[in-house]
Amino acid sequence: MHQLTLAGIARALAAKTFSAEELTRTLLTRIEQLDPQLNAFVTVTADQALEQARAADARRAAGENGPLLGAPIAHKDLFCTLGIRTSCGSKILDAFKAPYDATVVQRLADAGAVSLGKLNMDEFAMGSANESSYYGPVKNPWDLSRVPGGSSGGSAAAVAARLLPAATGTDTGGSIRQPAALTNLTGLKPTYGRVSRWGMIAYASSLDQGGPMARTAEDCALMLGAMAGFDPKDSTSVDQPLDDYLAALGKPLNGLRIGLPKEYFGEGLDARIADAVMAAVEELKKLGATVKDISLPNMQHAIPSYYVIAPAEASSNLSRFDGVRFGYRCENPVDLTDLYKRSRAEGFGDEVKRRIMVGTYALSAGYYDAYYIKAQQIRRLIKNDFVSAFEEVDVILGPTTPNLAWKLGEKNADPVSAYLEDIYTITANLAGIPGLSMPAGFVDGLPVGVQLLAPYFQESRLLNVAHQYQQVTEWHKQAPSGF
Amino acid sequence: MALERSEVEKIAHLARLGLNDADLPRTTETLNTILGLIDRMQAVDTQGIEPLAHPLETSQRLRADEVTESNQRDAYQAIAPAVEEGLYLVPRVIE
Repeated sequence: MHQLTLAGIARALAAKTFSAEELTRTLLTRIEQLDPQLNAFVTVTADQALEQARAADARRAAGENGPLLGAPIAHKDLFCTLGIRTSCGSKILDAFKAPYDATVVQRLADAGAVSLGKLNMDEFAMGSANESSYYGPVKNPWDLSRVPGGSSGGSAAAVAARLLPAATGTDTGGSIRQPAALTNLTGLKPTYGRVSRWGMIAYASSLDQGGPMARTAEDCALMLGAMAGFDPKDSTSVDQPLDDYLAALGKPLNGLRIGLPKEYFGEGLDARIADAVMAAVEELKKLGATVKDISLPNMQHAIPSYYVIAPAEASSNLSRFDGVRFGYRCENPVDLTDLYKRSRAEGFGDEVKRRIMVGTYALSAGYYDAYYIKAQQIRRLIKNDFVSAFEEVDVILGPTTPNLAWKLGEKNADPVSAYLEDIYTITANLAGIPGLSMPAGFVDGLPVGVQLLAPYFQESRLLNVAHQYQQVTEWHKQAPSGF
Repeated sequence: MALERSEVEKIAHLARLGLNDADLPRTTETLNTILGLIDRMQAVDTQGIEPLAHPLETSQRLRADEVTESNQRDAYQAIAPAVEEGLYLVPRVIE
């Protein structure tokens, strides 16, 4: 039962092979048995899950048959959930129970999905290894001594280990795609504004975007269809019709123009990953795609630009954690300044404090133009590169990550070394375009991900290419041993 | 440009983050490493390039000036560290 995809579960539930309640009980048992090895869950909501499952079974008995009716999922712990702890991986929100559901949570619940709990993550989504969580690191099910990637590391580990068929994640600089690549999943970061950010705890508001993580492109299409769409509560939500993501999957790839940016295959890329990516290109050519060499010359400036914009927005967003209205408050503050300073110093972890300080500095008087404005100018150059490239090609393809999953603790001494792992994913966030990572092979038993990028609102094209690739390859079906 | 210890103390104060004296040298060193990475931006020619603040370059949507939300004070104060009679409690600020 636990090996089934969302699409497989939908068929089995429709055929009454098992009920949503039976499936939920099976997965809750699996989580109880296996999650202690992974630490993917911060909170398991067994009672609420069984209640939702029974409600889904009742809806089905009454004649409903939606594709997510009774489907088990879980949410990254930065999506607010009414009455259930939403920690954001931080001590400062350890006791925080949101007074409302995020729009994404609400939409998936309305579609009949059953939420089994809240998934571990880097604190405030700041990290690429899921090692900065207050609740401890998440382990990669492909090798328990290695990181699953981050910041949606709990979502990745849980889905890869078959504790769940799909989960929500968020992606500010690669936090869906990079962990998907390191754990053999398909993960999609939609166009900025496609999925509502309402109730999604903000890290960097002009970059953050929620999306699905699953084992197939088809399942990502099912999830996205429920998650996406206009939301008046999010001022950056885009009022534009949704594509029929499922219907788009079957389109043949004849004539698809793939761009290979030379900057994605340069120094710093593990040569074995490059080989796996080029093998995927050969498969796509067999399906009728053509390939063209392109250039994205400003990619090299993306990391410095990102590490100004994201921390600047974070320093502003995280100023709301003041020990007054919600969240952690220090003991016995002597005055209001002491209350602010100690609540924040004791409540936030090291990486969050670092980014708040970098952002505060970049926004402070006298430095604003040299840092923030400069970073936004580079942001436009990066966007312009994509706009030009998409005049010649339909999708851009490259590796999702320069390296395989690394050992826990390996990059802790030097935070900048982990920042560099996001080199291939960050540009999509800066430009706001959609990106997808899909499984494309293994090196030394560790998964390799291929990233596909498309023009604004072309999520259906990404899902279509990944789905067609998954019809002729078996990589995405591989499961880690022991799970 | 490398930050001095006194500048790090000032930034921490602006961000309302308490810092231990013991943490200051390490924090200063790490921030300087990050700023070293960021400073690579200065080599890029951005003369005449308009800054990009929003990827889709749309402006803020406006809504009709109508009351749409109900009062949620009790729900929101239920999760506050200290409240009394509908007010948030903080240390005394006026003697």
